[in-house]
Amino acid sequence: MAKKVLQVIETAYRGTLEEQDDTVVWLTQAMKGSGLVTDVMLRGNAVNYPVSAQDASGLAFGERKQTQPPRIHADLTKLLEKGATVYVVRDDVAARGIQMKELIGGLTAVATSEIPGIFAAYDQIWHW
Amino acid sequence: MTTRTTLTLVLMDAPYENARTTTALRLLDIAARRGYNVNVFAYEGAVYVPFAKQAPHPNAVHGRDVTEEDHPNPKDWVAAIMAEAERQGGKIDWVQCGLCVDERGAAESIAGTRRGSPADLVKFAEASDNTLVIPTK
Repeated sequence: MAKKVLQVIETAYRGTLEEQDDTVVWLTQAMKGSGLVTDVMLRGNAVNYPVSAQDASGLAFGERKQTQPPRIHADLTKLLEKGATVYVVRDDVAARGIQMKELIGGLTAVATSEIPGIFAAYDQIWHW
Repeated sequence: MTTRTTLTLVLMDAPYENARTTTALRLLDIAARRGYNVNVFAYEGAVYVPFAKQAPHPNAVHGRDVTEEDHPNPKDWVAAIMAEAERQGGKIDWVQCGLCVDERGAAESIAGTRRGSPADLVKFAEASDNTLVIPTK
């Protein structure tokens, strides 16, 4: 039986302008496309990823304008559309002054105290 | 019949940046000494860990020439771990994330490594007893 893997993403904005995405969200999308049964949990600073109003466009060096910025909230929406569950840790959202209504739809908000129970539902936890 | 343990390690850090690279290679070495099969998926900066053009250098501050300095290059550590695995009847299957290699110009890696994709990591994870991610922080 296929293993069920939860990707816990905590380190955020790691080279996202150079990579045009979060590389773990990207990897998760690719692995899901290759058949891995996998979901995502956003915690720590990564709870900012689903903020829908974020806009990383406009980067320019001299006359070189970067035309394709990362759109991580949109990448998460795509992941949701592919059937992944995307958990977001509500306590970490609140600690950063983010309102839940600022986030994209379709997320599963959980309390820190619920995390062990969620982990128990997966074969492996990959902590990024 | 005993079944050989198979592990997967996902590495993400570039070499010469922090202790996680050395720690990851020490874990890999222990597994090799035990005769385990170990799959490695080198992601992002970690594709430079087995980069073939790493070169030792002398160190004037240390007061040593290139021979005395014995400057460590992670590619040599990786090669030594692969050789140890082979001696113990195990195998290190080291896959370099292809897109990560391309964007960094890191195509020249040592023998025993191969280019791959996230699909290889999926296969690794499915075939392993466990998977350990050692990410950049």
